[in-house]
Amino acid sequence: MIENHKPKIGVYVCHCGSNIAGTVNVDDVRKWAQEKLGPEGVVIARDYKFMCSSLGQELIEKDIKELGLERVVVAACSPHLHEKTFRTAAEKAGLNPYLTELVSIREQVSWVHTDKAIATEKAKSLVSGTVQRIAYNTPLEKQKVPINANTLVVGGGIAGIQAALEIANAGFHVYLVEREPSIGGHMAQFDKTFPTLDCSACILTPRMVEAGTHPNITLMTWSEVTNVSGFVGNFDVRILKKARYVNEDVCTGCGICTEKCPKKVIDTHYEAGLGYRKVVYTPFAQAVPRFPVIDRPNCTFFQKGTCKACEKFCPTNAIDFKQEDEFINITVGNIILATGYDLFDAGRVTNYGYGRLPNVFSSIEFERLSNSAGPTGGEITLRDGKTKPETVGIIHCVGSRDKNFNNYCSSICCMQSLKFAHIVRERTGADVYEFYIDMRTPMKAYDEFYQRVLDEGTLFVRGKVAEVTNAARYPHEKGKLIIHVEDTLVGKQRRIPVDMVILSNGMEPRHDAKQTGQTFGISCSSDGWYIERHPKLDPVSTMTEGIYIAGCATGPKDIPASVAQGAAAAARVLDKILQKEVEMEPIRASVIEENCSGCRICNSMCPFNAIAFIGDLKVSRVNPALCQGCGTCVAACPAGAITGTGFSNEQIFAQIDGLLMTV
Amino acid sequence: MTAKPKFAMYWAASCGGCEIAVLNTHEKILDVDANFEVVFWPVAMDAKYKDVEAMEDGSILLTLWNGGIRNNENAEMAHLLRRKSQILVAFGSCACEGCIPGLANLSPLNEIFETAYHTVSTENPQNIHPQVSYPAPEGTLTLPTMNPVLKTLAQVVDVDYFMPGCPPESHQIAAVIDLVIQVVQGKAELPPKGSVIGCGDSTVCDECPRTRNVKAITAFKRIQDVAPLDPELCVLEQGVPCNGPATRSGCNARCPRAGAQCIGCYGPADDVIDYGARLITAFASVVDAREPAEIEAILDGIPDPTGQFYRFNLADSLLRAGKGAAMSRPNAITSGGKP
Repeated sequence: MIENHKPKIGVYVCHCGSNIAGTVNVDDVRKWAQEKLGPEGVVIARDYKFMCSSLGQELIEKDIKELGLERVVVAACSPHLHEKTFRTAAEKAGLNPYLTELVSIREQVSWVHTDKAIATEKAKSLVSGTVQRIAYNTPLEKQKVPINANTLVVGGGIAGIQAALEIANAGFHVYLVEREPSIGGHMAQFDKTFPTLDCSACILTPRMVEAGTHPNITLMTWSEVTNVSGFVGNFDVRILKKARYVNEDVCTGCGICTEKCPKKVIDTHYEAGLGYRKVVYTPFAQAVPRFPVIDRPNCTFFQKGTCKACEKFCPTNAIDFKQEDEFINITVGNIILATGYDLFDAGRVTNYGYGRLPNVFSSIEFERLSNSAGPTGGEITLRDGKTKPETVGIIHCVGSRDKNFNNYCSSICCMQSLKFAHIVRERTGADVYEFYIDMRTPMKAYDEFYQRVLDEGTLFVRGKVAEVTNAARYPHEKGKLIIHVEDTLVGKQRRIPVDMVILSNGMEPRHDAKQTGQTFGISCSSDGWYIERHPKLDPVSTMTEGIYIAGCATGPKDIPASVAQGAAAAARVLDKILQKEVEMEPIRASVIEENCSGCRICNSMCPFNAIAFIGDLKVSRVNPALCQGCGTCVAACPAGAITGTGFSNEQIFAQIDGLLMTV
Repeated sequence: MTAKPKFAMYWAASCGGCEIAVLNTHEKILDVDANFEVVFWPVAMDAKYKDVEAMEDGSILLTLWNGGIRNNENAEMAHLLRRKSQILVAFGSCACEGCIPGLANLSPLNEIFETAYHTVSTENPQNIHPQVSYPAPEGTLTLPTMNPVLKTLAQVVDVDYFMPGCPPESHQIAAVIDLVIQVVQGKAELPPKGSVIGCGDSTVCDECPRTRNVKAITAFKRIQDVAPLDPELCVLEQGVPCNGPATRSGCNARCPRAGAQCIGCYGPADDVIDYGARLITAFASVVDAREPAEIEAILDGIPDPTGQFYRFNLADSLLRAGKGAAMSRPNAITSGGKP
């Protein structure tokens, strides 16, 4: 608002078909705006069935030209959807885009209310708030900043590998960071993949090797991202490279150190506790990179100061006990988070006896048991390592679709369980029971696989297992595990004695997903999975520009979906890189230096490091090229000396006044 | 001899410190006497309300009003002196923003009387409870009626200037007196109406000599628990919640210079709309923790958030009063206790 000039405002109320008009009396809102908001500068108010249609947009353009509108208020859907549409339309008619604002009367009104009278009143209040506020809007110009063409991919599972390869193959550099000693992720632990039963390693390892040797990929394993600052196009990333105690420059990966290491420990990670590994080790034979790591807490030399067998035998003198953790700083333009999932801890379902009854196995234990490179060479045996089971029960939905644990469906467990049944029957000829709540096999060739397993003679019991116990009631239950279940198709309680139980564990967000989300400035849903910008239309973007998500980090997924998401995220990143520069919203903070007394409270606030303290003048200053307009410093400044374009005190108080106006 | 311009000073809901501060200008007080005719100043001279009523409207040049508007007597006097004065100055924190008496806006009247007359800290063997009127043999005695909440002077009448401080610093009072004298003598002009006078235009930090760094607070402490306070370093950085960053300058950072935190008596700086809210966001911003439990624990180090953030400003804040107080009725004075 310049001096006392009241700008001419046009108000446009959208029906959105019946989406808005079904709950809000659109005609009433229009009439009210025309009559009651006239003194506030409203010169025209219209309603239209679909404002976002080209006809609707033309309506606005025509009014701008013919009535000389200086501000446009569109009451329609959320700004996330159509703010750009209407700002572009207004711009076509010669109005600065920032003089057009959207009022969400769909997401914030019609979709969340049922009482038409109250909803209509709320819609009027919201329109009134924006009309009052927009008078103080000023024309703003977008700024462009160049995009750094390097990309960071966090997580070296199949989704991260796919994303990294897509970008690297397009000719741009990728930093692939993985916190384990090798890339490969969960997929490297599996034996077969459903529904085609390809060998998991056979299809994964070529991708791992490609990622490990690609000239455009800098592979950083045994490393973790500790800090991220900056914004889309220009992120500064700090990576902790944990000490391997192996000099990667000279190590050839010959494996002599592992061979000579005298100490074995139980491998709780890759072998799921079923096997041993040496203290200097690579997690598995095809590990990428091939360099081993020394497990410091278990290493005899680090504990007692003697041994050094690995060092003595290493033909290239690659062992370096003096190596220390180091921090590496890189700059990238975009980041893809493919941090995966944690397996649900089956021990939490205490009535299934995992960890208490030896012959109850978790899904990952079974994967290792059935893997030809696993601890039994692919033999399916009971916990004693010898006895073959004659009857096996497979329990679905362990930790999933369960109010005590996770409400969601882990999406892969049905198919995983069917795969287990097939493998057990193929290798042992045992009778297999599957205990399921609902059978979910919706993807390509999945239901055919289900039919195949049915034909193979696996027995299916529909019902949630109540308990797995070794307390026999009848002679034939002696020495067996008894699965107690309500068979809902037969309509009675059943006790089924088996030799072996396999639990189909669900997936959970990484235990540290929230913390990782904070590092990268993205948020988790109440379940703990990362939230997409739009669940349907923008599934690999986040609300933070330049940060993408892929694979199981966003929710449970099978391998094809993870790969597709990895590729999709890569496509989004390539789109950004190829634009060479990114348009920045001109919403910026600035310090009114006369009012700043240099208390320095704002100095540590800025997530983009845009605030500098000018020692000579004892004032803080915002660098407009770095500022992203998040408003953190505006809120933090105790003296009210920082103001944000688009969010000045005048604008905010005018909006509040408008909202509180009697409608 | 032309008649000297007339001067008045009045004391509403406040402690009286502002009056002392005026006297504390030492010999400057003689200038007041030399240049003004003091027509009404209950603390210094005898006068009756009816004397004021008898004066011509606008006949007093300058009235310094200290105290908030707590009862109908305060309100009546505010209207009366407004009518009689050319320049009405809200003098001191109580008049400007409510100050300590304004903290009572958190409690409904009956609770205030209950606490004042009937709790363990009050010796009241006859169980006396004040009444607005009392039929004495000589006639009915009356007391002013308490309003539900305390208001600032500007919330009740039009105010020309605001002079903050609890109390205003003597050198600032002297400067303002000098200015008015110069205006009277035609040697200076008055600042624009509505100005905040007798103070600086920045914050206390601006006048504070302590070294300031980037802040990362891991614990808020009470000042007696920090021993010894670093004499060179920003008080807030040492974990003591100092209100300096949001507080108007003008006191020459007296408290931080003396080794204590600023408690905010000079009120909000120019662009601060809600003083407490500003400080809350500022302090929360420099808490150095990520886990919610850890953050909670640090914030628990501020045991009395209202006292910390709104000690002087509650009645003038966006909130103004607690809901219970705002909804209570003026005559609650008689409903709480026993006659």
